[in-house]
Amino acid sequence: MKMITAIIQPDKLDEVSEALIKKDITRITVGRVTGHGQKVEEDLYRGQEVGIDLSPKIRIDIACNDDYVEEICQIIMATARHEGGKLGDGKIFISSLEDCIRIRTGERGSPAI
Amino acid sequence: MKKTALTAVLLGVFVHLPRLCFAQTESVPDSGVTAWMLTSTALVLLMIPGLALFYGGLVRTKNVLGTMMHSFAAMAIVGVLWAVCGYALSFGPNTLGGWIGWDPNLLFLNGLDDAVADGGIPEYVFAMFQGKFAIITPALIAGAFAERVKFKSYCLFIVLWVLLVYCPLCHWVWMEEGFLFNMGANGAIDFAGGTVVHISSGISALVIALYIGARRGYPRSAMHPNNLVLTLLGAGLLWVGWFGFNAGSSVSSGLDTARALTATQVAGASGALMWMIIEGLRHGKVTSLGLASGILAGLVVITPAAGVVKVPGAIMLGFIASVVSYFAIQLKTKFGYDDTLDVFGIHGVAGIVGAIGLTFFIRDEWMREAVAASPDGVWGVGQQLGVQLAATGITIVYAVVVTFIITLVIDKLCGFRVTERSEMSGLDQACHGEHGYGLLNLN
Repeated sequence: MKMITAIIQPDKLDEVSEALIKKDITRITVGRVTGHGQKVEEDLYRGQEVGIDLSPKIRIDIACNDDYVEEICQIIMATARHEGGKLGDGKIFISSLEDCIRIRTGERGSPAI
Repeated sequence: MKKTALTAVLLGVFVHLPRLCFAQTESVPDSGVTAWMLTSTALVLLMIPGLALFYGGLVRTKNVLGTMMHSFAAMAIVGVLWAVCGYALSFGPNTLGGWIGWDPNLLFLNGLDDAVADGGIPEYVFAMFQGKFAIITPALIAGAFAERVKFKSYCLFIVLWVLLVYCPLCHWVWMEEGFLFNMGANGAIDFAGGTVVHISSGISALVIALYIGARRGYPRSAMHPNNLVLTLLGAGLLWVGWFGFNAGSSVSSGLDTARALTATQVAGASGALMWMIIEGLRHGKVTSLGLASGILAGLVVITPAAGVVKVPGAIMLGFIASVVSYFAIQLKTKFGYDDTLDVFGIHGVAGIVGAIGLTFFIRDEWMREAVAASPDGVWGVGQQLGVQLAATGITIVYAVVVTFIITLVIDKLCGFRVTERSEMSGLDQACHGEHGYGLLNLN
């Protein structure tokens, strides 16, 4: 079992989540987070472009069985990337997942995912 | 000479006033009336940020600024347009066979510097008061195509719509020479904008919503309001502003003003109450958005009627408006069109209910005047109903045709809708380069 954590740009959330759901990957958790990558975010403030220290990002967490990792990552990469690939498009982290429990039934491990 | 004719016209704008009081021309402003009209002008302006909050709260987080900008941009664009030529087109003498008004002296409100209208208000105040109506009407339409139009196209749209739809309608209904003003024995009744403001904006909203199509994903995916707190605040401000809208439309500060204010208060409340009852009975829960919608339905329905109905009539109209609007909104789901914030369902439908339904609640005094004004001395509810139906029908047909043409032209010229990608990322980011809520965690 793996935990996939993707940090993406907020304006790409709809595209990514729709593409995932279309491929039946529906167990996802989405959060609004702030952080700092390489890119300096620019916003308009009274006609001036200003850089923000911490910029808003979207974090998507997906716990999955090993066979799905590649597919999920491909979907996220294909949809979260801005035309031609831009600084700030985000990252995907993959870590191994020790266990998983479904609260309702008490099931453990792979079947619970 | 021209000025005298004009001032006479300006005061004649509101049908229900006995015409006697326009006879004398006063050259000194009446401080009481002027003070109330100044207040009303400010109150009507307050409705526009109110509308921005009302609409802004109802859309998704990514479109909150884009939606509020529709209202605020109307203040900027129509605010200038009205002073430059809108007032001349609406309140100038008949031109082009009465289709519109025109008086070059009114361009840039030039001739108004020393003008005092007959009721004793400086004509500047009247022009500014009317200007607020011209601002809010196109801003109302924006609710129907929220979350999916280009800002540039919207700006172009409100310019054309004000010039080609609003100004002619305003001229027909509120100008003394206008043909709807003179229809029947004592004119078509539209106290403060049932036809000019609410039916015209509601029906135009429906036309555009049908033309540009539904939002991406509608109605399959849920599109939750980002902040109903803003919406309730907006509904409250609209109610406050509506006292200027209706009671100010008496262009006086006396009995007529008091009547309009009372009818407005009572109808807003009865509309809200009826919506609460319907939702309580049908769903077992009363929603805040439902209550806010009821307030609006009640206020819209009383807008054409505030000068001619008494309290029982106002309560009944509020009740009827909420029932009809509630079921009209259910129809939207059935037909599948995406009138996003129910501009047609509330403004269009309640406006039509008000313009026609008021006929059955007219106070006797008004009917007696109509009988006296009628050439053969006979005037009944049936005949007035015919006049109201005609005024409503003409408004609907005119607004549908011209709005459709404007929409078509703008769509061919620069595209009305944003690209799919911009729609997904949201108007705030795509059209304005901002975001509404900073780092807050919202839906």
